[in-house]
Amino acid sequence: MRKGPSWFNVVSITLGFVFLYLPILLLVVYSFNESRLVTVWAGFSTKWYGEMLRNQALMDAAWVTVRVALLSASVATVLGTLGAVTLTRFGRFPGRTMFSGMIYAPLVMPDVILGLSLLLMFVAVGLDRGFWTVVLAHTTFTMCYVAVVVQSRLVAFDRDLEEAAMDLGCPPMKTFFLITLPIILPAVVAGWMLAFTLSLDDLVIASFATGPGATTLPMKIYSQVRLGVTPEINAVSTVLIVIVTIGVIIASVTTKRQEVARQKAERMAAAAP
Amino acid sequence: MSDISESAGHKANPLRWLVVAIPYLWLLVFFLAPFFIVFKISLSQVAIAMPPYVPAFDLAAGISRFFADLKELTFSNYLWLTEDALYWKSYLSSVGIALVSTLILLAIGFPVAYGMARSPKAWRPTLLMLVILPFWTSFLIRVYAWIGILKKEGLLNQFLLWVGAINEPLTIINTNTAVYIGIVYSYLPFMILPLYASLEKLDETLLEAASDLGCPPTKAFWLITFPLALPGVIAGSFLCFIPIVGEFVIPDLLGGSETMMIGKTLWSEFFNNRDWPVSSAVAVLLLLILVVPIVVFQNSQMKAMEAGK
Repeated sequence: MRKGPSWFNVVSITLGFVFLYLPILLLVVYSFNESRLVTVWAGFSTKWYGEMLRNQALMDAAWVTVRVALLSASVATVLGTLGAVTLTRFGRFPGRTMFSGMIYAPLVMPDVILGLSLLLMFVAVGLDRGFWTVVLAHTTFTMCYVAVVVQSRLVAFDRDLEEAAMDLGCPPMKTFFLITLPIILPAVVAGWMLAFTLSLDDLVIASFATGPGATTLPMKIYSQVRLGVTPEINAVSTVLIVIVTIGVIIASVTTKRQEVARQKAERMAAAAP
Repeated sequence: MSDISESAGHKANPLRWLVVAIPYLWLLVFFLAPFFIVFKISLSQVAIAMPPYVPAFDLAAGISRFFADLKELTFSNYLWLTEDALYWKSYLSSVGIALVSTLILLAIGFPVAYGMARSPKAWRPTLLMLVILPFWTSFLIRVYAWIGILKKEGLLNQFLLWVGAINEPLTIINTNTAVYIGIVYSYLPFMILPLYASLEKLDETLLEAASDLGCPPTKAFWLITFPLALPGVIAGSFLCFIPIVGEFVIPDLLGGSETMMIGKTLWSEFFNNRDWPVSSAVAVLLLLILVVPIVVFQNSQMKAMEAGK
């Protein structure tokens, strides 16, 4: 009988990954191109990185983006974790269907609708558009991703621990911070990272929600890309790709390590008399 | 089970419901309420379309018609959408492009997910991370990467000319072909992940049994593998189809004048024509088209979650 992958499996995996990675690889390679023409190779150079650092407007936009992402991801992580607890630990309360609907809908809702609706609301309540409206908008759509990530962890873990603590008289709040939170922490961290990168990445919602003086990096990149491809944009993209790649690798290594440590601890706890 | 113990023991604590109330209120205010405002503005005309919001309001030929019959305010924006062929065509072509790209995504994503699920166990976490990684890198950057490749003097044409496959550079950028390439590229991880999740659980002994009983592999695939992978197929298809219908960045950067997609129309209606009521009406109709798929998607997600319990 067949064991292991067939040649067809190997070929499809290989082609799939070449398709996924070749464009990114080419983008990175051409960020080191001497020539201004992005597609003609004229020797190795890092001058576009220098150019990028000297571009004040670009650097300002990057700084705005990082601040928005830090703030919105942090608030979204708190809200999303509360949302996940609501979905998994509160049984069937009235309005639960609507709540889960509001959690899942933003995951697939087109950005243009989310952006437009938030903008019209900001205008309707007379909120000045700018930095803070972008933070509010990003918090709203990223908290749903956090909720889904954390919820999957809450569903998977053994609730006996929580129940034991509460049976022994530990108040629910304390139980959450002493038992639940440490166990779901990898998912909470992953949720924060996802929220951070989604915020870093968003063009459409930010374009709607922003006002004068708060241009984010994707908006800046977008307006430059519309004018044409430049190696400077390749350089910015490469920096972003490297940051995200390092973050994802660190996260996956640490969660794996935590997972191993946790399983070991659980085994030891189970073995103890 | 413990819901019972909770309701018995701690329901008395009103602070407990703050956990529910905070995210609930946030979503009501920042997610649900805005839709009602969009709906309201899509019905109103003067109050919003006039200054102070849109000082540069362009009295294009069609829009001036509204001022002629100001009294019939309510559904005028929607009537306008039905009268102008642009909107019809972009709705239809968005749904068409989304359908075709979802099918292409299935055709490409399935073999990759299948190969991943059949790979040795030790490889799987690495393969999975390699699928997830592009999903974390910026959407905009990944679309941008294709401009350099598909341009007339771009890398693909250079390569094909060098190989000798073509004599003249192909025009790919600013066509629907480029849009399809961009969509398939950007959404492939969204298709592979759910497919992989259901294919990984597939019991191999079923296929062995079928083969022992003389079932040819192709037949076994359609009779066993595909039906068992169906939850993944459904989840992946919705996860791709719904956002693709409203996609803006890809048709805007890779597409041309022939590319009509409703997300792009909404964007230009809002940012270029500065017509807020009409763009609201476009958003409401887009939402109406997507409501059924979104509800189906949510139900499947909820079922998956209950099953996980």
